[in-house]
Amino acid sequence: MSELRFDGVAVRFGTGGRALTAVDGVDLTIPSGQVVGLVGESGSGKSTLARAAVGLTEPSSGQILLDGVPLRYRAGERRPLQMVFQDPYSSLDPRMTVGDSIAEAVPRSAHLLGVGRRRGAGREDAGREGIGRQVVDRRREVGRLLELVGLDAERALAYPGALSGGQRQRVAIARALAGQPDVLIADEITSALDVSIQGTVLNLVRSLQRELRLSMLFISHNLAVVRYVSDIIAVMYLGRIVEVGPAQQLLNDPQHPYTKELLAAAPRRGTTSLQPPDPTVADAEPADPHHPPVGCRFHPRCPIGPLVRTDREHCLTIDPTAEADRRLHRTACHHAAGAPQTAMAPHTRRTFP
Amino acid sequence: MTTTVRVPGTTASFTSHPWVRFAVRRLARLVGSVLILISAAFLMIHLIPGDPVRSALGPAATKSLIDARRESLGLDDPLWQQYLHFLQHLFTGDLGTSITTGLPVSDVIRDRLPATVQLAVAAFLVAVLIALPVGLAMGVLTRAGRRPRTELSFTSTTVILAAIPEFLLAVGLVYFFAVKLHWLPVAGRGNMSSYVLPVISLAVGPAAVLARICRVELLAVLQTDYLRTARAKRLPAAAIYLRHALPNAVTATITLGGLLLGGMVAGTVLVENVFGWPGLGSTIVSSILAKDYPLVQGVVLVYGVGVLLVNLVVDVTLALLDPRSTIRES
Amino acid sequence: MRARWIAVLRTPVGAGAGVLLFAVLLLALLAPLLWSHQASAIDTEHLLEGSSAKHWLGTDNLGRDIFYRVLVASRTSILLALVATLIAVVMGLALGCAPVLLGRRAGRLTTAVVNIAVAFPGLLLALFFAVVFGVGAKGAVLAIGFAGAPSFARLTQTLVAGVAERDFVAAARIAGVGRFRMLLRHILPNIAEPLVVNATIGAGGALLAFAGLSFLGLGVQPPVYDWGRLMGESLNGIYVHPAAALAPGVAVVIAGLAFNLFGEAVAKGFGVPAMIGPRLRERSAETMPAATDDDEAVLVVKDLYVSFPGPITPVRGISFTIGKGEIVGVVGESGSGKSLTALAVAQLIEPPGQVRAAELSFLGAPLLGRLAVRSTAAARRRLLGTSFAMVFQDPMTSFNPTKRIGTQLAEGAREHQGLNRRQAMARAIDRLRAVRVPAAGRRARQYPHEFSGGMRQRAMIGMGLMGAPALIVADEPTTALDVTVQRQVLRLLETIRTEDDVAILLISHDITVVAQVCDRVLVMYAGRIVEDLPASELATGARHPYTRALLAAVPDLDTPLEEPLAVIAGRPVDPAAMPSGCAFAARCEFAEDRCRSEDPSLVSHGPDHQVACWNPQGTAAWQARYLGSESIRTGQL
Repeated sequence: MSELRFDGVAVRFGTGGRALTAVDGVDLTIPSGQVVGLVGESGSGKSTLARAAVGLTEPSSGQILLDGVPLRYRAGERRPLQMVFQDPYSSLDPRMTVGDSIAEAVPRSAHLLGVGRRRGAGREDAGREGIGRQVVDRRREVGRLLELVGLDAERALAYPGALSGGQRQRVAIARALAGQPDVLIADEITSALDVSIQGTVLNLVRSLQRELRLSMLFISHNLAVVRYVSDIIAVMYLGRIVEVGPAQQLLNDPQHPYTKELLAAAPRRGTTSLQPPDPTVADAEPADPHHPPVGCRFHPRCPIGPLVRTDREHCLTIDPTAEADRRLHRTACHHAAGAPQTAMAPHTRRTFP
Repeated sequence: MTTTVRVPGTTASFTSHPWVRFAVRRLARLVGSVLILISAAFLMIHLIPGDPVRSALGPAATKSLIDARRESLGLDDPLWQQYLHFLQHLFTGDLGTSITTGLPVSDVIRDRLPATVQLAVAAFLVAVLIALPVGLAMGVLTRAGRRPRTELSFTSTTVILAAIPEFLLAVGLVYFFAVKLHWLPVAGRGNMSSYVLPVISLAVGPAAVLARICRVELLAVLQTDYLRTARAKRLPAAAIYLRHALPNAVTATITLGGLLLGGMVAGTVLVENVFGWPGLGSTIVSSILAKDYPLVQGVVLVYGVGVLLVNLVVDVTLALLDPRSTIRES
Repeated sequence: MRARWIAVLRTPVGAGAGVLLFAVLLLALLAPLLWSHQASAIDTEHLLEGSSAKHWLGTDNLGRDIFYRVLVASRTSILLALVATLIAVVMGLALGCAPVLLGRRAGRLTTAVVNIAVAFPGLLLALFFAVVFGVGAKGAVLAIGFAGAPSFARLTQTLVAGVAERDFVAAARIAGVGRFRMLLRHILPNIAEPLVVNATIGAGGALLAFAGLSFLGLGVQPPVYDWGRLMGESLNGIYVHPAAALAPGVAVVIAGLAFNLFGEAVAKGFGVPAMIGPRLRERSAETMPAATDDDEAVLVVKDLYVSFPGPITPVRGISFTIGKGEIVGVVGESGSGKSLTALAVAQLIEPPGQVRAAELSFLGAPLLGRLAVRSTAAARRRLLGTSFAMVFQDPMTSFNPTKRIGTQLAEGAREHQGLNRRQAMARAIDRLRAVRVPAAGRRARQYPHEFSGGMRQRAMIGMGLMGAPALIVADEPTTALDVTVQRQVLRLLETIRTEDDVAILLISHDITVVAQVCDRVLVMYAGRIVEDLPASELATGARHPYTRALLAAVPDLDTPLEEPLAVIAGRPVDPAAMPSGCAFAARCEFAEDRCRSEDPSLVSHGPDHQVACWNPQGTAAWQARYLGSESIRTGQL
């Protein structure tokens, strides 16, 4: 397994007045064999980040590095990153059997080796035999993968239409594993499922991760779900990572007011609190990603920000991301712990190589 | 309460106003289409295998005559020069000279265009005035699988009507109403009664298609969440249909109606030939058969521009009716 | 796949069209072999004759039999049309798939060209190409093929784009599938059906277009003849000899119809699932005029059923009462019947759905049955229009996109409260302010697409507050919203309740949402209420195994990280095959023989607590039995 690193990654869509910076200078590391949970609301750019990682979207700047080597994607090549999608009803080809879908993701090179080795004697026969072997190998591999995700190997012949949502999601996971990924990316994989099924998929992801020592980026809008599977939690807001730290530490001692808000909104056993943090910003609208606020991007909603406390004018003008590295959990907030009070002077945005 | 919510249109500059953007984009597309049309019309003559002048003048023509014609048409110049000349002449309203008659093409078109436009516009109005009420009424009557028999007969009738090509319907109509019953004239363009058969033959097919589309669109609108909201407001049925269902169904219908109108412009070609209607349709066919290429070129241009204008009108109407459409364009 | 084709052929239209198409194709194949001699035999003694025993449709100007000529012309007509269609389809496919194969930039260019070309009517394009390719059969085939290509290209593009944005294509790309393989394995198979259908309809169109060109003299040239040319030649003689002009016309229409109808039938069979099964003729149940004993009750529901043709009954006899100012939550998984309950209560179930109940009354006024019929519909509408508010799940689609938000709010007030336009708009702005929409005056003039999801949901709630609501039925009002916005909306609902004493029926799949705001919770499973308990008891005092499993299955911030999450084994019940016993028995670890044979009814377990279970957990009897055993089954892989 390997380490995945996002280095100043930005993704922009469109041009001119309609331009949208979905991901804006994200630095994030997924250490080998660990799960990084990424939380944030819709439009925060978390799915775009995932799509950039697997090469479905081109980053407009920055780099994505696997074990220190920048990722390069070309059509038709095996990708070292695999992804599981949100909607299991759309992520499996309805015209292909489950087994074919999984087999397609099994790297071809592994089997072509078998053909090549035999090419010396009697080309025709060896080739045919090699292909035959390849088919057998592939079928065996598909069966193994299906069993790995808790489905019968015979399910390989079924079409997705015959499976339930939870079963489809298992197949999608098997397909992602078939690609022998160095890093697995799971994008909201439980949000389309009923609660009673959600648990089985989460349990599967956790046990697979532990068994296979997978490096994983686990994306969800649900903090409780992220908490359950992650070693590290990163919080994303309007295209930026606003706080990142070891899961327990971040949950016990959140620094960014947005993280605190997410924590307050997440369910806890037996609590019925709907109390707003502060009436001034309680009903604030989520910011428009086309026109992100200047200064701290969270300030229009911040319960400890300039709209509530008049002495915090600097939040309106100074972007807290610049000094994030010097704060606890790399928090993008001027008022997080470890923030030196001298850091109020304007700083230019950090540049990346 | 202080908010930093951005108001669309207030902080944005003039050029990012949706209407301005829409107009710019739409005009750019129109100009692009017209340029392609002009180039296609120009290239048409050059794509024809063999010498167009020889094939137009026939095998009996002498070499000197052909050379003279080629000279006068500028066919011996390099292609790009010919194209520039063509454009130049086009902008001065000069479409060249008809090979067979020697008359300026623009005169022929000016002479014949009104008859065709009258026919197309009349047929369009008739089609819309029949199709919209019928389609909407059918939608209301057959909503949520009600009256399956009515639905079946409506669907089969419209399928059959839409499958009858306009020239065939024209022949049939001529036979019954002119030849058999002597109610209406067989051909030609004269008083009001001479319009009846051509207009009907042109309007029936599109009307059938439009009525079906209209019904389907209405049914789709009746399934929407916002119609359920309207019902939850406990509005009377008439208000639900007239205020919420109808405008949205018609908006969707217009999009396809525009294509039909374009098709109708082309349909005049066949109908005019059946009725001997002195319009551009009969001109283009006779000029194709006579290999009178400058004339063909001119008429093709006029038809093409006509279709493009119809599409423009439809898009602008849609933008006016549907507040999302200027946004949706992008 | 094959089953669907067979199903298409079983419908009357499908069967008729199929037979007709087969007959037409057979004729095209056989007619020239059988009758070409009769068709070309010149009979100078019978020139231009009318119909007779010898010549059914008469003869032409060379005395040739028109009937046979029409039959024999079928091959030329149909063959040329099919070739033209083939050209159109192949070119259209190539152009339409170009964006997939050539990458974004080249793809965008072809798309632009196709978009321009498709704006021109086919006939015009055909005329243009007829000039370029020259007059004659070959020219006409090419012309009609080329003219049909843009619309096929457009169709292909639309279909390809629809498939390409689905996740399985992205997944295949990540798996390293190349462009060609992507097209062949993933995209084309998923668009094949609509393409085949449209090609069939297109063949009908090509047939007509060909007839048109030949009719104008631009198609096939003598001595070859097709239907169009037969018509064109006899048009001048229509006075004396109408049959000669009409017969080939009829042939064209029949052949064209065969293609069109068959295509339509297939399209319908594949696209829209046909409504099968008998409609429920059953009327609403006779209602007992049961007087409501509770004056405080806003909504009384007794024995409510919702059924659909099939017949399936997704809501099976549920009863509950909502008191003034009470927030009652309904939870359950998808398919439990919770949303249908909300719609049934709101009288928004559309036919063919049927609602019946022993009692369904709102503020003491019956909404269903014989009593309801007696009160006038108008009065009932006014009552519901002013006092009964609905909030729907998807704020994106629940507003009319073409009307301003303010107008949509004002509409109901003008209808039911007799306000004029200005008063109603003032009220709408006031209500938007009440649901804390910032800059309400300006927002009222905006269209729904200019609102964010959360703001739209507020406006929807504001719409409910236009009158003086006694009850708000909110169907998954926060499901489509982000967690933080979700809290804002829930808080708003709670404030409205405390300030105006409005009762709320909150439907949600999320038991934590319901636990946060509700006074009382109804847990639904397979169309029944299985437990009815105070929200405060939910975390500790739930008795039904399903409720407890549901609570355990949702991870929260206190879920122990060391253990696997609790799961509910098995699948929800199929409403078409309801078991005879307890519907949950198959997934319940406490199920016994009795559970599988007898359906438990709701029984009181304490003052505000009802459970439908033979083995309610946490009771003295249960403890005696299961003490020490694990109460919640944990799922293992």
